[in-house]
Amino acid sequence: MAVDLKSKKNLLIIGLLIVAIVMVLQLFNLQILDEQYKITASNNAFRYDVRYPARGIIFDRNGNILVGNQTAYDIMITPYEIKDLDTADLCSIFDLNIEDVRKTLADYRKNRRRIGYQSLPFVKQVSPEQYSVFLEKAYKFNGFSAIPRTIRDYPYNACGNLLGYISEADSTFLRKNPEYRRGDYIGRTGIELSYEGILKGEKGYNIFLRDVHNKVKSSFSEGEYDKDAVPGKNIVASIDAELQQYVEMLMQNKVGSVVAIEPSTGEILTLVSSPGLEVSKLASINKYYNEIVNDPLKPMFNRAVMSPYPPGSVFKLVNGLIALQEGVIDTATTYPCNMGYKVGRGIACHAHPSPTNLTTSIMMSCNAYYANAFRLIIDNPAYPNVTSAFEKWREYVKSFGFGLKLGSDLPGEQGGVLPSTEGYDKIHGKDRWKSLSIISLSIGQGELGTTPLHLANLAATIANRGYYHTPHIIKNAEDTILNQSFSERHYTMVDTSNFKKIIEGMYLAVNAPPGSGATAWRVAVPGLDICGKTGTAENPHGKDHSVFICFAPKDNPKIAVAAYIENAGFGATWAAPVASLLIEKYLKGSVGRKELEERIVNSNLIQNIRK
Amino acid sequence: MKRAFNLYKKLDWPLIITYLVLVLIGWISVFASVYDEEHAHILDLSQRYGMQFIWIVTSMVIAILILFVVNPKLYNVTAWALYFLSLLLLFAVIFVGVEVNGSKSWFMIGPFRFQPAELAKITTSLALATMMSAYNFKLKQFSSLLKVGLTILVPMALIIMEKETGSALVFASFIFVLYREGLSGWILMFGILAISLFVLTLAFSPFVSIIVLFALSVIAAALFSRRFIQGVLTLAISLPILIFSPLLGEVKLLSFASGLNNVEWLAIAISPFFIYYLFKTIKERSLYLRYILISFIAALLLIFSVQFFFEEVLQDHQRARIENLLGVTEDLQGAGYNVHQSKIAIGSGGIVGKGFLKGTQTKFNFVPEQSTDFIFCTIGEEWGFIGSVGLIGLFIFLIIRILTLAEKQKDTFSRIYGYSLASVLFLHFFINIGMTIGIMPVIGIPLPFISYGGSSLWAFTIFLFIFIRLDLERWR
Repeated sequence: MAVDLKSKKNLLIIGLLIVAIVMVLQLFNLQILDEQYKITASNNAFRYDVRYPARGIIFDRNGNILVGNQTAYDIMITPYEIKDLDTADLCSIFDLNIEDVRKTLADYRKNRRRIGYQSLPFVKQVSPEQYSVFLEKAYKFNGFSAIPRTIRDYPYNACGNLLGYISEADSTFLRKNPEYRRGDYIGRTGIELSYEGILKGEKGYNIFLRDVHNKVKSSFSEGEYDKDAVPGKNIVASIDAELQQYVEMLMQNKVGSVVAIEPSTGEILTLVSSPGLEVSKLASINKYYNEIVNDPLKPMFNRAVMSPYPPGSVFKLVNGLIALQEGVIDTATTYPCNMGYKVGRGIACHAHPSPTNLTTSIMMSCNAYYANAFRLIIDNPAYPNVTSAFEKWREYVKSFGFGLKLGSDLPGEQGGVLPSTEGYDKIHGKDRWKSLSIISLSIGQGELGTTPLHLANLAATIANRGYYHTPHIIKNAEDTILNQSFSERHYTMVDTSNFKKIIEGMYLAVNAPPGSGATAWRVAVPGLDICGKTGTAENPHGKDHSVFICFAPKDNPKIAVAAYIENAGFGATWAAPVASLLIEKYLKGSVGRKELEERIVNSNLIQNIRK
Repeated sequence: MKRAFNLYKKLDWPLIITYLVLVLIGWISVFASVYDEEHAHILDLSQRYGMQFIWIVTSMVIAILILFVVNPKLYNVTAWALYFLSLLLLFAVIFVGVEVNGSKSWFMIGPFRFQPAELAKITTSLALATMMSAYNFKLKQFSSLLKVGLTILVPMALIIMEKETGSALVFASFIFVLYREGLSGWILMFGILAISLFVLTLAFSPFVSIIVLFALSVIAAALFSRRFIQGVLTLAISLPILIFSPLLGEVKLLSFASGLNNVEWLAIAISPFFIYYLFKTIKERSLYLRYILISFIAALLLIFSVQFFFEEVLQDHQRARIENLLGVTEDLQGAGYNVHQSKIAIGSGGIVGKGFLKGTQTKFNFVPEQSTDFIFCTIGEEWGFIGSVGLIGLFIFLIIRILTLAEKQKDTFSRIYGYSLASVLFLHFFINIGMTIGIMPVIGIPLPFISYGGSSLWAFTIFLFIFIRLDLERWR
């Protein structure tokens, strides 16, 4: 059929058909090709009422509940449905300021068009007592309803920093984690953060059909597609709650950190950062947040894993082990010491019998011995130059985990500081530094930074005679396979046989009789065979830090400890008693040395801290 | 009487049946779009679907009156009287009308509302038919064109004064009638071209518009100079230069003028071609080339005035709607809300739709004005692609049928009236469905026969049935 293009009618019809084809194509695009509109439609028409799951419970290693749940209620308001509200009565139930409430209600009234039938949170986390009062009077309060939430409950007064707190997701978090919704609680620090995925559970929902004003029309398919909330899974932490509480008591009024590890597994038994968060403040963290953040002693700062301290004399153990492994000393090697090492700028030492061998140098903590040993390591003729010997030394140190994040499950873990060739090149000039320039490293001073966790890990490594498990705080979790790497052994570059030689010195440091020069004889406990090493770390902030690492018993060790107390003085005076009491408590179940315990508990060392 | 009986045998049943089907679809859709379980009966008079039933019944009565009672010769005789009466109403409503959605275009008579603009579409059609079917009427004469123009523009202006821009736009559809009756096709084409350039300039930039304009002009010049190859070559050489002309600023030699913007560089790049064509036009004394050159300059002026028109002449909400349509801004809560919700509703219908009364989007009032201007959403959601295409098919059939019948009229009056009817129906259909599916800006005019509302249904019924009655006259 020939179309007469001269006919204006036909031209108009052609135009009409073109328009029709454009419309059909657009309909084809909207209704058949584009999936986007179908998805948006279901979001539009269904109202999902969230059912919040209970968060998983956190137990300690002995089955005590560290963090449980308690019920609270969020009181919701549907401004559209409010009628004849007795504001004063409402305020008296929830302890609210009547002026504030009046203002809020006026706000709602102003925005009533925008709000429509939506429910908004009015008061959050109302206690069950207040809720039951509200329930009795609920008939008076049209437009108010309650949804149950679970909030955290802390039966043990311990582990504040370890457990961490939860709070409502903020907009920054929501932007990065689109799977969360406004109103969800999330773990912010500690275990709550590390194991958020296990603890949080799965939200459920009730589906309602709604119209554009958010007015619920009916339950969708009689609840057939509703979903129950799945409670979060429970977690067993490796923490010993009793022990933790005891150490927190010992550490009161002191700044520092104590970490205890079970060497055979790497499980953290106790991890105290003092001053820490009080659990009583965790549940309602928002109320205390400003106070906590403004505290000059930074209770939120988890010193155990975040603070790089100079290790001091405890680092001599590492240098001794390296020197043995490198073959630059053996157990027969002795060095004289007359109040210090006198080459170069020298290193002072305290009065002790001279000369010392490996064992007695550890027992008496001789600085000169390690100055000599360290020079032998760095100036070892087996290496072409100082730099390569230093690099080798670094490799050794790193094999103990120093200068690295150990990979624990504690949030915010820091790697500490391990000096590098480049760093020294920058300070002294390339190839212009030698063993004497960095001699401070021999006694754990200088450019070293180690966290208490590093030091506890060192104690565990020595206790295991040469390997460590990555320290971790989780023991097991319901129906969950945990990080397998925690069961791996990490060997250092030092042979097992060399550890035995070092351990002898550590044993004597605690167990040698008084007068023999042993640094920590005061903290010996008969029958426990504690092996330890004191440290007294110089620092630019004031009085020396008091350091002690130890493990016990000598054979088949059950516990390895590092104690670090800031600006307290000698390691033997403060850190050693804390660690020793901890071990006694753990291995014996109770502490016999009440006098020592009392002295520690009652001492206030915070005054030494320059705020 | 016998003769009349025979005459009614010739009634155009395809038109009447299409009308009935559309009205029925409309009723069902109004029912579906405001349906709720409490008022489940389709004849519930407290609801819009109950009322729509009343409008439908009264419309049928009116249709029967028009077919059997009113003498068709009256229309030609009373056309001007009716026209001026409607002008009077249009004018009066500005002062005594009720304001609805920001426009003062409704009379309130008891519980009923009536929009004189609906009436004006019919009376203007009648007036045009009367005027243009006169023996001495020649559209080519300037005075005739002026009269026609005034007849269309005066009601249009009054309606704009009522702030009912959508209805005013409908009067633009009479251009199709004028085209049929002798207006040059060029004017129609230039109109379309102007709108295209307007859209192009807003959606992209003046730069893109100028390049498209230039390409069109060169092709046109080539076509009419009968040296087609030359035109294609010119285009092949010039287009790359033009498109990359903003890069000219990077050329070392030209760096002294590097402060110029894209469009200015484009102007510099075009000027040699322009001068070439200017000389060619003068030398060859070609009328075609002259026209093309003049159009080119006019279009350039248009492109540069678009921004001014857009910023200064249009009202805020109109600007927002156009920007939203063109994708310049995306505001899903504000100006774009209606269209976005409407597209969601239609898109969620899929191929066969969710089924009668099963639509969730339209039912729960996500789409505003869902029983009036956005009624197509209900159809799209519940009857899907198949239903939507079916409805479009019905409208296309209706319009083509009217055009075909109009062309068959022996009486010029009837033909012009038929063309007016088809044009007005087309514009309503195109703009209304176009806006719900997002290819036209939101302009609030009803979908004929389908949208809820007595005023609109009555008007279109009268409009259509006058034509059906007039059509009978050709058998006499």
